[in-house]
Amino acid sequence: MKAKVLIRPKEGILDPQGKAVERALPALGFEGVSDVRVGRLVELETDDPSKLDSLCEKLLANPLIEDFEVQLEDGKG
Amino acid sequence: MIGVVQFPGSCDERDAVAACERVGEARLLWHEESDLSGLDAIVIPGGFSYGDYLRAGAIARFSPAMEAVARFAADGGPVLGICNGFQVLCEAGLLPGALLPNEGLRFVFRQVELVAEDFGGPFGAEIPAGSTLSIPVKHMSGRWFAPDEDVDRLESSGQIAFRYAEGHNPNGSVRDVAGVTNEAGNVLGLMPHPEHAVDPLTGSEDGLSLFRALATRSVAA
Repeated sequence: MKAKVLIRPKEGILDPQGKAVERALPALGFEGVSDVRVGRLVELETDDPSKLDSLCEKLLANPLIEDFEVQLEDGKG
Repeated sequence: MIGVVQFPGSCDERDAVAACERVGEARLLWHEESDLSGLDAIVIPGGFSYGDYLRAGAIARFSPAMEAVARFAADGGPVLGICNGFQVLCEAGLLPGALLPNEGLRFVFRQVELVAEDFGGPFGAEIPAGSTLSIPVKHMSGRWFAPDEDVDRLESSGQIAFRYAEGHNPNGSVRDVAGVTNEAGNVLGLMPHPEHAVDPLTGSEDGLSLFRALATRSVAA
């Protein structure tokens, strides 16, 4: 089964990458965009989706600084 | 004998061995080795282990050497993690907190002043509280972070080992923290590079005291 894992900086943690993107936007004519946060997307195939949460906690995300969200391809999850 | 772990992508392991050899004996330890017998102390050096893929230090923690180092640390063996080594130890859960990309998003490379806190363990024993050390930093992800309540707890338990002196914080780390220890004090991690500060020729020998802490243990053991 295909799955996507979205990993984001935890709320409250300064995300300088998001800030830099946000600051660049007005110069390009994109006004009114705020709260930009930059994270990661991991795509994978798994035989056992029940293990995805523990896989994320142990490796794909660092729970101290990142939140993750698992999306299975069938739309559930 | 001090063991210096070498991962694919490490780059400061030879300087670390050279620094150890100023105060004792040292050898490299390949990341696939899991036999630490005969070693009295461990250094996890700087560099870009496994290309810093995913997050700095995230993959290295699963190497056979690191699993052995975790057992070594649990038995009270002294472990010093420098820069990427600090990141690896945090990812492995052997040290509190995590290292985030620098606030300024740039690689920083400069000499900084550190102030030693009142901390315990073999490292604290070598470095009096309040002393200042001049040691270089060179990193991209050095912004140490832990939630406020965790930092409060670490401060009261004496686990904050070093802070950047006022005006010297190069990365935006929480409360200017530059290095922390585990609860027992035998594991220390810091972003600055003491192995690059062991000879007056390169500006400072303030880093030697940390290696002395490792060697002292070697002699005693």
